[in-house]
Amino acid sequence: MNQTLYNQRLWKNRIGIALSMIAMALGLFVLLWILVVLFTNGIRAIDWNMFTQSTPAPGSEGGGLANAIVGSLMMVGLATLVSTPVGILAGVYLAEFGDRSRIAEITRFMTDIMLSAPSIVLGLFIYAILVAQVKHFSGWAGTLALSLIAIPVVLRTTENMLRLVPGTLREAAFALGAPQWKVSLMVTLRAAKAGVVTGVLLALARISGETAPLLFTALNNQFFTMDMNSPMANLPVVIFQFAMSPYDNWVRLAWGGALLITMTVLVLNILARVFFREKISH
Amino acid sequence: MSDTAGQPLKTAIQIRNLNFFYGKFHALKDNNLDIAEHRVTAFIGPSGCGKSTLLRTLNRMYSLYPGQRAEGEINFYGQNILDPKQDLNLLRARIGMVFQKPTPFPMSIYDNIAFGVRLYEKLSRGEMDERVEWALTKTALWNEAKDKLNQSGLALSGGQQQRLCIARSVAVKPSVILLDEPTSALDPISTAKIEELVHELKSEYTVAIVTHNMQQAARVSDFTAYMYLGEMVEYGQTDELFIKPKKQETEDYITGRFG
Repeated sequence: MNQTLYNQRLWKNRIGIALSMIAMALGLFVLLWILVVLFTNGIRAIDWNMFTQSTPAPGSEGGGLANAIVGSLMMVGLATLVSTPVGILAGVYLAEFGDRSRIAEITRFMTDIMLSAPSIVLGLFIYAILVAQVKHFSGWAGTLALSLIAIPVVLRTTENMLRLVPGTLREAAFALGAPQWKVSLMVTLRAAKAGVVTGVLLALARISGETAPLLFTALNNQFFTMDMNSPMANLPVVIFQFAMSPYDNWVRLAWGGALLITMTVLVLNILARVFFREKISH
Repeated sequence: MSDTAGQPLKTAIQIRNLNFFYGKFHALKDNNLDIAEHRVTAFIGPSGCGKSTLLRTLNRMYSLYPGQRAEGEINFYGQNILDPKQDLNLLRARIGMVFQKPTPFPMSIYDNIAFGVRLYEKLSRGEMDERVEWALTKTALWNEAKDKLNQSGLALSGGQQQRLCIARSVAVKPSVILLDEPTSALDPISTAKIEELVHELKSEYTVAIVTHNMQQAARVSDFTAYMYLGEMVEYGQTDELFIKPKKQETEDYITGRFG
């Protein structure tokens, strides 16, 4: 055996491992730093009042985030209800029906643009076609803007997951005389279920933290409302406004809201992982 | 065509001047063949000889893929199934297929079988229960599966999964069953069970089987076709083909001197 060659490789290996460890430590350090700052500041704001009281007026004491939490839940929830069927059906179309057709290629191209478009552009778009027309901000507009962000995410994951389904399973269903739509909806989509659910959860996580598209659409509302036709409070915009304010209780609430969103996104990501792992263990 | 006793047999599928193309590649060349009703016909030959391709023309499976096309005639009880007007779903309900790897659907054992039946028949719950039991009994899976009909089909062993796939095909009561190397992914015991099953099936169904295993062809089939490079080299009764093949090429292949 060539000893010098072996030693050279040994050292190259050590250097490689050392470099990747440093990179990992750096990434982890920043992440932990963010979480620690978020926790220490946020945990002080989290109390019963945060969930029961609405955002305080400038200069007044106390207050909570109830209106923003409910607004966020309603808009994110509705946006998920809208984008899940649209995204899944479009994904099924791309993977099972359209495949290489021109219209499918165009859809795929547009989806990729939508995926990478800055979310503020999508907010601006809804502002132009809806808010500017009816001349007031509304929860509906916020829901639409969030849906536009979620649809391409759900669509793309659905398509990719369906493409992972072995072709033999599809053929087996066709071999029984099943029409295309039954093969797609009852066999392949079912086989890709875990992956598709993961995509929906990731889209949900993505839109729960979006601020830019809500600025022009739902705006904000100091008061508690469940009327989707009126401007609606939501966590990201409240955080944005309160964090920059001079009032101590506002800044405190902004931290609390930030922690709340982060925890929600964390839980959603964990759920997505659990779902996906279940699929693999089958 | 006649059987070993010289009795004439009814033809289920008549293949005439069949040519098949994968894009520009000419995969089947002027194949002619009669598949007898209620008999087992085996297709043997080295990899790439076109035997699976031939099987996939019989239920028009190739039509799923643009760029694949067949020319000639395949007459299924007198009706040319290569006719572009042929309804593919109805055709596939009458000519079932089982694949090399087991392909249970991601649903319960019961639903795996009911899926195909529901496509063309409207049965009451009781009738469906009976049909599921009948299909599973026919494929010798009933005793193993009767207590876990609601469990996922994926929870079965490989051999059981393959028998489930055969049960699924049988349950829709087709007239022909195509088996594409149904035992190549299975252990010897499961293989033996499936071979037994093939034997059982031919009393009610016409069976066409592609196999890499010549002993299997000799064991299960009544007629055997030897194919090479897309051509039908020799076709005849299995006993004759294996004992005194008419062509030197066939003899070379079945004696292991080639392939």
